[in-house]
Amino acid sequence: MGRIARRFAALKAENRAGLVTFLTAGDPDPAISLEILKGLPKAGADIIELGMPFSDPMADGPAIQAASLRALAAGGSMKQTLALVRAFRAGDAATPIILMGYFNPVYSYGVDRFITDALAAGVDGLIMVDLPPEEDAELCLPAKKAGLTFVRLATPTTDDERLPKVLHNGSGFIYYVSIAGVTGTAAPDVGRVAAAIARIRRHSDLPIAVGFGIRNPEQASAVARAADAVVVGSALVAEIAAAPTPAAAPAQVLDLVKRLAEGVRDARKITAE
Amino acid sequence: MAVARPNPPNSYRAGPDEGGHFGIYGGRFVAETLMPLVLAVERAYNDAKADPAFKAEFDDLMRDYVGRPSPLYFAARLTEHLGGAKIYFKRDELNHTGAHKINNCIGQILLARRMGKKRIIAETGAGQHGVATATVAARFGLPCVIYMGEIDIERQKPNVFRMRLLGAEVRAVKSGSRTLKDAMNEALRDWVANVEDTFYIIGTVAGPHPYPTLVRDFQSVIGIEAKAQILEKEGRLPDSLVACIGGGSNAMGLFHPFLDDATVDFYAVEAAGLGLDTEKHAASIAKGRPGVLHGNRTYLLQDDDGQIIEAHSISAGLDYPGIGPEHAWLHDIGRVNYVSATDAEALAAFELCAKLEGILPALEPAHALAHVRRMAPGLPRDHLLVMNMCGRGDKDIFTVAEALGMPL
Repeated sequence: MGRIARRFAALKAENRAGLVTFLTAGDPDPAISLEILKGLPKAGADIIELGMPFSDPMADGPAIQAASLRALAAGGSMKQTLALVRAFRAGDAATPIILMGYFNPVYSYGVDRFITDALAAGVDGLIMVDLPPEEDAELCLPAKKAGLTFVRLATPTTDDERLPKVLHNGSGFIYYVSIAGVTGTAAPDVGRVAAAIARIRRHSDLPIAVGFGIRNPEQASAVARAADAVVVGSALVAEIAAAPTPAAAPAQVLDLVKRLAEGVRDARKITAE
Repeated sequence: MAVARPNPPNSYRAGPDEGGHFGIYGGRFVAETLMPLVLAVERAYNDAKADPAFKAEFDDLMRDYVGRPSPLYFAARLTEHLGGAKIYFKRDELNHTGAHKINNCIGQILLARRMGKKRIIAETGAGQHGVATATVAARFGLPCVIYMGEIDIERQKPNVFRMRLLGAEVRAVKSGSRTLKDAMNEALRDWVANVEDTFYIIGTVAGPHPYPTLVRDFQSVIGIEAKAQILEKEGRLPDSLVACIGGGSNAMGLFHPFLDDATVDFYAVEAAGLGLDTEKHAASIAKGRPGVLHGNRTYLLQDDDGQIIEAHSISAGLDYPGIGPEHAWLHDIGRVNYVSATDAEALAAFELCAKLEGILPALEPAHALAHVRRMAPGLPRDHLLVMNMCGRGDKDIFTVAEALGMPL
């Protein structure tokens, strides 16, 4: 069993949803980025998503676009992203790390070399925004063969007819995109999300994480009643942007992570009462 | 990066395959939210192709609204001046709205209507595609949002005003390099958020499958007409075809009907900006390498880490760091010659054409003209050359005035 499966098994045993945090690697600079990463597990992050910065993040809203540009301006690169994972992994053997991003930086690095280096650095899985199942031969199949988890994105536009195709080569968990839109813009409708989760569960036994548009502990708590995990990204990188100095960013980000984790952990207690 | 050259195919016109690939290029690299819609566009397009009523309406609008066929014009004075090949212009600058872009927009708005879509979006660089999209949206009574880089808005003011007169909302794109590629990112973001009711009219032979194919097919009217016209005027096929390329839709439209005619040579002219040895150009074939952006794999200007590099050209319409995937394939197999012309060469060609032929070319085809100027003198007098005059230069007079240091 890999780290991702172990983590979801543990969450199930605790009867609670998990918190998945997204941050862009190298944002606002490599040193601060590592400091934040190292603080995430203690603040309550169960799974870490690390964005691979890209110049043209087509599916992202303004907050994550800006995070990508900050990271690139500070010298961000695939090499640096993998170095951050290695440095984090040196002090944490348990927390799953998933790289998320767009295909071009991976393709440019070289698919085989990327898979080898990602595994060696301690990466557990991948989420690729612009690789739908139609393009599985590019990265999904070789990555899975080498032992990386390939997390599939399902969206409000993925109907019952298409869902099996989307889930077919997926592993680890399913990332349900709660709104038709870009990251960090509209807030999800909890009722609709719950219905979508029920629909996906009819097609798959994999855990379901829900993301896009979840910004605060209340929303996280609401979604955590139905989902196996809640993903928060834009709201966290917005804390980096809002920090008065880069050095102040870790405390601000980790404080929000802590509050989100409390929201997620309280969700089912509230339901039980 | 050199790519291994495969054996020549039986036909150069058979692509793409089912997944939208031309060789290794093309494909459907989009977010899952868009995938069902992209597949729906493909189904709708296949249905439309098989429906005689769709073609009849397209042809009708081409004739009575766009003003087709556009003439094939013998440029006698330019031919005399250059002293070599016999030069013809395919006069797509005479179309309604002043460029070839309208051909594609008519096709796509008919498709949008067929799919029951209620809202139109598009990206634009020079503004020609934006104007053409705003025009067809007005003609069909659909609301329309045009994404345009802030920098392009500044250098193409007349077209911005035209779009607004036509009832379109022009949204300034402030992200990234604030030019065409960012306008395309922003249009994709809009589409993802409005999948149910919105049709995205992509302006060039790029994007996820089926866009490169359907844009090519709608633009092929250029080459189909040119073939009939040159056969009528000269009794034989041309020897060379020349067109500029940004994304490459006017070139693909002219070239595609001729690709299997073995005696015809093709020259596609990229924008070399300040020069290929500088960092200020838009020559994705000459200086780029294969990568994935905006839904397809193709040649891209990018750094060692796969980050997209900003393009530069005096022509806003060529200022794009990629190229259509079918062009990438035609380059690899060697069927089309990809060359380039600098800002300065295009400007000189612009002035020459104005004075010798009484035609102000857009800065985009001025690049093609710059290559014609280079190649024609060395060719025999019976060499037939057809250049696509794909747009008129009225929109560029401010840019040209500034570049020539002539205050208006």
